[in-house]
Amino acid sequence: MAADTTTAARGEQPSGKPPALVVDHLTKRFGERTAFEDVSFSVAQGEVFGFLGPNGAGKTTTVRTLGTLIAPTSGSARVAGIPLTSDSGPEIRQRISIMPENPGLYRRLTVTENLELFAGLYQQRNAAARIGEALEAVNLTARARDLCGSLSKGLLQRVGLARALLNDPAVMFLDEPTSGLDPVATREVNDLINGLRQRGVTVFLTTHRLEEAERLCDRVAILNTTLRLVGRPDELRERLFSRSLVVETSTPLVAPDDVFNSSHGVESWRLEGTSSYLLNVADPRNVAPQVTRALVAAGADVVSISESRHSLEDVYLQLIDDDPEASQR
Amino acid sequence: MRFSFGRLGAVLRKELREYRRSPFIIGTMALAPLVFLIEPLLTIFRLGPSIAASTVDKAVSGTFLVLLIAPALLPAVIAAYSVVGEREQGTLEPLLTTPLRREELLLGKALGVVVPAVGIAYILFAVIQVCARLFASNAAVVSALGQGPHIVAEILFAPLLASWSIWVGIGISTRASDVRVAQQLGTLSSIPPLAVVALVSFNVFTPTVTLAVVFALILLVADIMLFRFVAALFDRERLITGASARRAPRGAGDHIPPPGGVRRIPRLPGGDDGPRDP
Repeated sequence: MAADTTTAARGEQPSGKPPALVVDHLTKRFGERTAFEDVSFSVAQGEVFGFLGPNGAGKTTTVRTLGTLIAPTSGSARVAGIPLTSDSGPEIRQRISIMPENPGLYRRLTVTENLELFAGLYQQRNAAARIGEALEAVNLTARARDLCGSLSKGLLQRVGLARALLNDPAVMFLDEPTSGLDPVATREVNDLINGLRQRGVTVFLTTHRLEEAERLCDRVAILNTTLRLVGRPDELRERLFSRSLVVETSTPLVAPDDVFNSSHGVESWRLEGTSSYLLNVADPRNVAPQVTRALVAAGADVVSISESRHSLEDVYLQLIDDDPEASQR
Repeated sequence: MRFSFGRLGAVLRKELREYRRSPFIIGTMALAPLVFLIEPLLTIFRLGPSIAASTVDKAVSGTFLVLLIAPALLPAVIAAYSVVGEREQGTLEPLLTTPLRREELLLGKALGVVVPAVGIAYILFAVIQVCARLFASNAAVVSALGQGPHIVAEILFAPLLASWSIWVGIGISTRASDVRVAQQLGTLSSIPPLAVVALVSFNVFTPTVTLAVVFALILLVADIMLFRFVAALFDRERLITGASARRAPRGAGDHIPPPGGVRRIPRLPGGDDGPRDP
């Protein structure tokens, strides 16, 4: 993932630039029920930040809180550089945009009329030009005069994205933007999010699609009422899982202990199946050639040798499966 | 960020566009008072030339009172739909994510109902005036309908009564959780003006210019107070989540931790906790 090397991916700021989003011990309770608790993280400017978690984990409530739609019970936050207080709502909302899971468009109005309403609410001076740019960005110029009621769900999501672009936001919150979309529409939305990254927009993305988060996000946070983990997907993998090599031979090895223990860098190994071996190693790229040589020297027929890769889904499941609260939701 | 007439105008334009796309809404708004007016209109148009002026005046006043009820009745259902309807169709949350202030939203919504309601009331009044000139058998009917106080009262009371009805309707709409409940309750908003009309009809008190002015002033004050009350009822958090809001802590955000890299949170299975931001 190319973005892993950026400063934003490391959660660091280019010199002098304040973070786009700072959340500090934020908690929201509805009476006895805790939506999320003691959540702290920060998001750099221009970063695509993934916010993951099971249903009912508090993701949408967090977005609504940071979007000033609901008030936190305790803690503090700074959104687009503005402290989250009871008085700062309109000012924050002028500098951010939120695309809820349901785009919530007026189905009796055309695409342009929907966007004109929101351009008016953001008090855009050159509304027509701004709407044109937003429609072009989501490739919807040809459907500008169509009634929203006549559009497919994928197109409605694109209109929702165009609406979120109208005020040139410093931070864009996208709540499950690909929910219910087919693979083609999903790819289009993902391309749009990549486009936003290139334009330097800070994107706060909540999603259930872990492969999407892994592909799009510089960093991810996993929430399950409390924040469980924050970091780059590859860093999370390294923290949760030891690195390993998978070796497969055509027939079982006669003396696997001798073969693997003679290879420097193999910390431990175990048999998986009849002739497949999982080797725990510190540095797979350096150890793999040594293991290959040892196998050949032992007269083994090597079918494959590869690094075992854990997906973000593995990380997520490792965290969530171990959480008794998640299974009760 | 201050009150913006630009944002209010954007809401109003949207409301009027939606009516334009749904002509039945306005059509049915106009139909109900027309039906109510048929009987009294036929009565005054049938009044023969020999009928005494006092009888004509009484019949015309009755018709006129029915006419004044129209702006109170017309907007009730639409106003009751205004907020809870947006909520049910999923369009309220996107609106609330913008810098739109609650006063701007509520006034935009109210104006969106006042404009057609008062417009229909004025058109009905004009149509009655024209019909009277064309069909009334008794010249005193035309004269009575064209009296200055009647015209002034229509111009004055139509928006005031409509506003009353609208603010009650919007107030119900901000607190209701179901469109049908809101609309049923909204119809009750016209009861106070109806009660006044009933009192006049039963000669409990006689309508005079002084009484009309006093009543108009009372309505004006009531409308302003209702607007403030409804604005106070408008709770973003309750509308979005169904739970009541607690105010955000003042001074929140003063303590800003620096952005960090990977941070490990307690309760993670296996492995040690990483550094935590200060």
